[in-house]
Amino acid sequence: MWSYALKRGGATAVTLVAASVVIFAFIHLVPGDPIYILLGDTATPDQIDALRRQLGLDQPIIVQYLRWAGHALSGDLGRSIFFQAPVLSVIADGVETSTLLASMTMIWVLLIGVPIGTIAAMRHGSWLDQCLSGAAMLMASVPTFWVGLYLILVFAAWLGWLPSSGYPSIFEGGIANLRYLILPSLTLAAPNAALILRLTRASMLDVSREDYVRTARAKGIRPWQVVRRHILRNALLTIVSAFGFTFAALLSEAVVTETVFALPGIGRLVVQSILRRDYPVIQGVILVVVVLYLAINLVVDLSYRLLDPRVELQ
Amino acid sequence: MLAVRDLTICVGPAAKAVDIVSAVTFSIDKGEVLGLVGESGSGKSLTSLAIMGLLPTPGPRVRAGRIELDGSDVTALQPWQRVEAGAGRLAMIFQEPMTSLNPVLRIGDQIEEAVRVHDGTSGRLARERVRELLDMVRIPDAAVQLAAFPHQLSGGMRQRVMIAIALACRPQVLIADEPTTALDVTIQVQILGLLRELCDRLDMAMLFITHDLGVIAQLVDRVAVMYGGRVVEAADVGELFGAPSHHYTRALMDCMPAPSRQRRLRPIPGQAPRPGTITAGCVFAPRCVAARDVCREALPPQIRISERHEALCAFPLGSGRSP
Ligand SMILES: Nc1ncnc2c1ncn2[C@@H]1O[C@H](COP(=O)(O)OP(=O)(O)OP(=O)(O)O)[C@@H](O)[C@H]1O
Ligand code: SF4
Ligand SMILES: [Mg+2]
Repeated sequence: MWSYALKRGGATAVTLVAASVVIFAFIHLVPGDPIYILLGDTATPDQIDALRRQLGLDQPIIVQYLRWAGHALSGDLGRSIFFQAPVLSVIADGVETSTLLASMTMIWVLLIGVPIGTIAAMRHGSWLDQCLSGAAMLMASVPTFWVGLYLILVFAAWLGWLPSSGYPSIFEGGIANLRYLILPSLTLAAPNAALILRLTRASMLDVSREDYVRTARAKGIRPWQVVRRHILRNALLTIVSAFGFTFAALLSEAVVTETVFALPGIGRLVVQSILRRDYPVIQGVILVVVVLYLAINLVVDLSYRLLDPRVELQ
Repeated sequence: MLAVRDLTICVGPAAKAVDIVSAVTFSIDKGEVLGLVGESGSGKSLTSLAIMGLLPTPGPRVRAGRIELDGSDVTALQPWQRVEAGAGRLAMIFQEPMTSLNPVLRIGDQIEEAVRVHDGTSGRLARERVRELLDMVRIPDAAVQLAAFPHQLSGGMRQRVMIAIALACRPQVLIADEPTTALDVTIQVQILGLLRELCDRLDMAMLFITHDLGVIAQLVDRVAVMYGGRVVEAADVGELFGAPSHHYTRALMDCMPAPSRQRRLRPIPGQAPRPGTITAGCVFAPRCVAARDVCREALPPQIRISERHEALCAFPLGSGRSP
């Protein structure tokens, strides 16, 4: 297990380096020179050269990369051209919001998708299964902004139980500020929980047709034990890989939800930064997302390995 | 001890269900080994799964008939319900040792699970029993094997583990559905020897399913021959091989390779019927050399050839009734 973890960790580090090169290079291929945007049409060539030197944009690209990567390792992601402030402080709120939002969403997805998917599979073909599968279908196909607006209407406007917009950091307002994320995370959870529900149901049905499940039944253990120890345990292998994927997608695909709930998430930050051609911020955000993505994948891989003894490193 | 009466299994929606196993009747006495032979698709596996209470849902279901264990009716009960009801005990091993064990659980845990249910023990006592079971099925290196996962074991070893799991249920009757078909010939011989030895030592009865008459001849006390979802002949093994009465049994023996026999093998002409296609008369009539009109019109009678020998045939061989 430990050597496996080490090898996977090493592979992750290599991927990270490759990804950082791509991120760095890609941004430099995008049209639009930030110098002009910063200085406007009236800038003289001297002013342009001076700023270019100041930002290090005059160096050979490989030097720019090494400098950028070295600074990134020490936590310095450069300065935002638009805000004239360190990138780290510009994206900190966004990273906090998005990470917490994605985590909370995944908790809902887990609490809703897996148990209900299990129940649907165990009662498959019954009216209960048809209701649950139908509801899942509906949840997966309704647009998120619509779910979000509906939740705001009911829980914020009518009942007044939960705040409907914004998110003050938990580092300033304390853990209770998480309540700001309840409605947005439920909004994001709806389609994803529906997908996990359907995936859980399908893979439980697949597994329950396996020979070893028949062996388990033949032993005379109770149906619930057969489900828990044999069917669910094997179905989890499929579900866990989908989990990592979903979580990673949530980090970056929450733009609509962030907009509906006026959240300071990284989705909106990236969109705005692209419009402002704020290269360092875009790079910073993408880098953070990539790091989180790789970290999640590593965790998923390791837990997969714990769940499935057959997995060996190729 | 195990009695199967008129077991009928159908598939399909209630309105147009077809019987794929019809009126199967046999019984197994204490310590007896009954062989169930028949071609592929004759309904052997469905019969054995129905006896175990393991028919998949949705899927084939028992439409009529009774399964009795020690005199009590267990027909509609699944294994766990039988444990709860304290009914007699059955256990089963399957054709595919490669897929019959849970790939993510250790061998030891999979055996112990069965021990816990049937002995009501746990902890050290249960683990001692698991060791004992491994000894019984001759798995060496108990400590190593118990911690192993199924994919680390060979097919023969896995089938031994399956037997250990079955024995953990302390069965009065062990059902073995083609347990050696997927194994190498040398391993086959070992497993068959082990099964016979366990039956004798534990005074355990066995329902042994195969399509290999050669195995039957060596292993079993009594034989039931299945064809097209019906038991067409049943007899003690010596009598069946010495004087088969049903034309299907005869044909089956003619296509069995035997070293002493110089004649060329004669495969049975025609094909086994698809389930549900023959609804009237003898199921073997389309392929039977002795078939007459009456065979196609009415279900042939169950004829008692001798005290322990019956055949489902209007014109059994060697009976003097001329076909
Ligand atoms: N779930 C099912 N639905 C419909 N028909 C089925 C089902 N399971 C089995 N059958 C049919 O029932 C018949 C008997 O099947 P069974 O598996 O009992 O045969 P078998 O004698 O065990 O054959 P084999 O030697 O190949 O194992 C086959 O023709 C098969 O097509
Ligand atoms: S009943 Fe008729 S068709 Fe069937 S086996 Fe006997 S002789 Fe052949
Ligand atoms: Mg079979």
